[in-house]
Amino acid sequence: MTRPETASVKGRQAQAERLRAVWDNPSGWRYWTSVNNFQIGLWYGSAAFAFMLFAGVLALLMRMQLALPENNFLSADLFNQAFTLHGTVMMFLFAVPIFEAIAIFLLPPMLGARELPFPRLSAFGFWSFLIGGVFVCGSIFFNAAPSSGWFMYPPLATDKDFSGIGADIWLLGLSFIEIASIAAAIEIIVGVMKCRAPGMRINMMPLFAWYLLIVAGMILFAFPPLIAGDLLFEMQRMFDWPFFDAQRGGDPLLWQHLFWIFGHPEVYIIFLPAIALMAMIVPTFAQRPIVGYSWIVLAAVGTGFLSFGLWVHHMFTTGLPQISLAFFSAASEAVAIPTGVQIFVFIATMLAGKVILSVPMLFGTGGIAIFVIGGLTGVMVALAPFDWQAHDTYFIVAHLHYVLIGGMLFPVIAGIYYYYPLVDARKLSDHLGRLAFWQMFIGFNVAFFPMHLAGLRGMPRRVFTYPADIGWHWLNLISTVGAFIFAAGVLVVVIDVLRPKHHAPRGETNPWNAGTLEWISEPEENWGVRSIPIITSRYPLWDQKNLASEINEGRFYLPDAQEGYRETLVTSVLDAEPLQCLRVGGTSYVTIVSAASLGAVFIALTFHWWITALICGVVTCAAIIYWLWTGTAEIPEKPRKDVGLGLILPLYVSGPSSVGWWAMFITMVGDGTAFASLVFGYFFYWTIHDDFTAGLAGPGSFWPMVALALFLAAWLALLTARTLNDRGQPFAMRLSLMAALFLTAGGSAAGFMGPWSHAMAPTAHIYPAIVWILVIWMLAHAAVGLMMQVYCLARSLTGRLTDEYDMDLRNVVLYWHFLSITAVVTFAVIGLFPLAI
Amino acid sequence: MRADCRASVDGGIVPFMRHRNAHRLGGFAVPALLPSCLAGCSGIQSALEPAGEEAASVFNLFWFMFSGGAIIWLGVVALVMYASRARQNPHSERASGLLILWGGAIFPSAVLALLLGFTFWLMPGIRPWTALADAPQLRIEVVGEQFWWRVTYFPGDGSDAVVSANEIRLPVGQRVEFTLKSNDVIHSFWIPSLGGKMDMIPGRTNRLSLLATKPGIFRGPCAEYCGTSHALMAFSVVAMEPMAFGKWLSRCAKSSENVAAAGSDAFLANGCGACHTIKGTEATGVIGPDLSHVGSRRTLGAGILPNNEATIARFITEPDRIKPGVQMPAFGMLPHQDIETIAAYLKGLK
Repeated sequence: MTRPETASVKGRQAQAERLRAVWDNPSGWRYWTSVNNFQIGLWYGSAAFAFMLFAGVLALLMRMQLALPENNFLSADLFNQAFTLHGTVMMFLFAVPIFEAIAIFLLPPMLGARELPFPRLSAFGFWSFLIGGVFVCGSIFFNAAPSSGWFMYPPLATDKDFSGIGADIWLLGLSFIEIASIAAAIEIIVGVMKCRAPGMRINMMPLFAWYLLIVAGMILFAFPPLIAGDLLFEMQRMFDWPFFDAQRGGDPLLWQHLFWIFGHPEVYIIFLPAIALMAMIVPTFAQRPIVGYSWIVLAAVGTGFLSFGLWVHHMFTTGLPQISLAFFSAASEAVAIPTGVQIFVFIATMLAGKVILSVPMLFGTGGIAIFVIGGLTGVMVALAPFDWQAHDTYFIVAHLHYVLIGGMLFPVIAGIYYYYPLVDARKLSDHLGRLAFWQMFIGFNVAFFPMHLAGLRGMPRRVFTYPADIGWHWLNLISTVGAFIFAAGVLVVVIDVLRPKHHAPRGETNPWNAGTLEWISEPEENWGVRSIPIITSRYPLWDQKNLASEINEGRFYLPDAQEGYRETLVTSVLDAEPLQCLRVGGTSYVTIVSAASLGAVFIALTFHWWITALICGVVTCAAIIYWLWTGTAEIPEKPRKDVGLGLILPLYVSGPSSVGWWAMFITMVGDGTAFASLVFGYFFYWTIHDDFTAGLAGPGSFWPMVALALFLAAWLALLTARTLNDRGQPFAMRLSLMAALFLTAGGSAAGFMGPWSHAMAPTAHIYPAIVWILVIWMLAHAAVGLMMQVYCLARSLTGRLTDEYDMDLRNVVLYWHFLSITAVVTFAVIGLFPLAI
Repeated sequence: MRADCRASVDGGIVPFMRHRNAHRLGGFAVPALLPSCLAGCSGIQSALEPAGEEAASVFNLFWFMFSGGAIIWLGVVALVMYASRARQNPHSERASGLLILWGGAIFPSAVLALLLGFTFWLMPGIRPWTALADAPQLRIEVVGEQFWWRVTYFPGDGSDAVVSANEIRLPVGQRVEFTLKSNDVIHSFWIPSLGGKMDMIPGRTNRLSLLATKPGIFRGPCAEYCGTSHALMAFSVVAMEPMAFGKWLSRCAKSSENVAAAGSDAFLANGCGACHTIKGTEATGVIGPDLSHVGSRRTLGAGILPNNEATIARFITEPDRIKPGVQMPAFGMLPHQDIETIAAYLKGLK
């Protein structure tokens, strides 16, 4: 092996050529099969931005309708579709995805990695997002958009006469996108924890990585309750199960709980990454490291935690007991404290540095000025008595836009101006940037400040018209004028980004003289970093002398791609010590095929095309199995390799030190959260009724206990199979796997027999419905568990799973740990709990 | 009967029409007056012109927070602007770190603790923690419907319940308990001038107690989005002197003097009674609003039209154009004469 220090210039050029070839994108139309994080990040971000412009146009249409009282510009129905889609698109198709996009684009170079650990998963997430997004947005052109408001309160949204197909489009389209979000969260968590450059200990990570780690963790706990809610909702809409129907024991408030357990953390899921961008921008332009690194990290963690305890402040007027209102008022106020700390960290950093007031800083500080108003009105509406007046009025519309536009959109535009040189090696126009800033800043305040007053003067939100004599007309007219000034500013940004710039000379690589690692990456190269450096500072480009040139001369790890694989380093979670040389997936169609076929399943379900949905479902399964079979847990041609600087690392690891195991663990935590939400539903119904069974027969205790015993036996058989595999007894291992397989099938049948043998009719009442949904959830997971067992058997029979290379089996065992917990909870709840009441 | 009812309402307050003109003047004709007008002319549906106990408390709370918030905002923005200036000698890291501690953590914690303490002290007075021991004299049940309000008065003296719709009258100076329900989707009951809102949720009964402190005419909107014509669902509120209110209620308990007037036959012959009730006639439908005294209500169509014969006729002819998504079918196919007769009849039901 040639050590980089001794390699000749020619040798280094050959290395670079090989590396370039490995990371190259396909040409022609195959370009779209690329999975490289730069491409995916760019496509993802552009699509999210385009959806934002679309939702912005909807907002302008609404402002035109509201400019004058009793206006006829839009019909009531179209207006209702417009505001529903505006909120939905901004939240689900712009605010969250844009950060997933930025993270996918920025994290690898920032962490000194070649790629995130699952590039194909990123690509799959992007295509899912695009298909789902186009489906949801397109519905308005067929007058079929959802029109029940972006939080879809039943019974309005479950009323088929009112909402038509729109509600199904919302539920299924967004469930599909939520899957993409969770995929991105898994990618980000594993990437940040396991793929940092050697030496980049966790307390040296760029703040952006810290924030994204926190946010991805929040996605993992926030989105699953909504997915569980979507499931209940769609069961009611498709099959008339009465989850939210008060006449049959359901309760519309359960949806509000599930939605806001998602919806409030969502606000911070949107806000924290924007703060993360600020945390990268402010030190660069204050020309010094951030002041209070540990303060801001702790504050971000605190915000993330607290954000899960605030959801009831969206429900202050639903008639909950005063004592819980007081509790949630206090919790809602508490979150202002870590938020304040984060703002003051930026101010302190600016005070301690020499500030250059560039366009990104202009958007950043302007964003703070706006956001602080949103924060202060947030403090107001967090107090229940004030919220009783302000709730569901234009005061709230103003508040949430001050928070989201000041706390999210302005920092994103700052980020675009800051990071554009990483996309095109040129800066955006300073002149246009300042013009856009002042238009947006003034336009925003002119548009939204009067809304506070309109709300306090009694204007409810979501009204398509208002009387002429009630005192809101000039406030609304001013808002409309402001909205158009604001939109003109956004247009300037779009023009600045899209105008051709190839005639301008290429700029410097680190034009702002920033200190973090992403600034050595060059837009012309797909490899992220030429070689993976050893990091000893939070701001390596400021503190580590000659780092950039040594990296670019390939003097660090993995400067070559001798075997023709895309490789990056896996390091330990806390200290970033190198553990493995990870081969990541390359260009492939399979991501597009899986995403398209899964999208087709959701679209077919919307229109009740059952056969098409089934066929597409089978195609999706086949595509995913093909993907796993050909692309994961491949046995390398040699067990170890020299990654440079004399370091020899394994090419294959399994169990807790592998990225696949982490991904499975994280997925199952999210999955478990969704399951917990369903169990919450069961007990919620129990608490609101004197007798929530309504005297109907339950599943009994016999079949649930039989099912539980069989599932636990299947789990034990699987554990035995793993032990036998470790001992090098493949034949006995396969036998044990087959036993597990039969036990799983038996357990599923017994689980089904519980409610079936007692003729529980899920459309009759909430009790049979919630029992059935728990059983169905369990059985669906058992079916996946069964497929995994078959998969391991097949891998073992084809020699792709051995005692040494056992990643598949270990990940399946991990899945089964979670499955056995699910089984214990499900069958104890449905089989034993009724005995206790 | 009718005369003394109107006198008691209109005598004490600014009449509706005059009020309307007053703020129109403020809005368009005299822009220079706008700032002084912000709170002063906000009209009949404003939380900034409290006429009830809860609204007044919240109004004070709002001004307190608004002033404090404005000072904090100015402070933060001044600090940001100061920090944005290029400086030769930056502040020390220690001084900046102390700013995070004091400005970001300690100061907000103290302010928020004070604010919360104040609010918790305020809350039981606004909406009691537990149900009041002595039940209020008057209970009014309001049921939200798409897109109107079913109103039933339960007088405290044990006399019969009185059914009405889309208008709520209540005595000044007496606590009134509202029981709020819904038959279809979630609505929210809100009289900004008197107090905050409370949702009406199918399957649940929510309670809200309000105390009007000034006589007047107000307006309440539906505050929770409830479908196509959510924007067109409102009601008028009349806060009256208790004596006048008592008289009004006892009058409403009886059927109108004009129930047998011309038009009654047309109303019944065209099937209107299948959905509407007119006390003292064969019309006993309960699907739509009770029309027993519809002629005396201030507005028509749940707070969206002035109440006169022309608007009644228009509503009968094309309810779906006035209120998209309304359940009432259009009766435009009836002879024009019949519609006018029915409209005149309904307007006469006082």
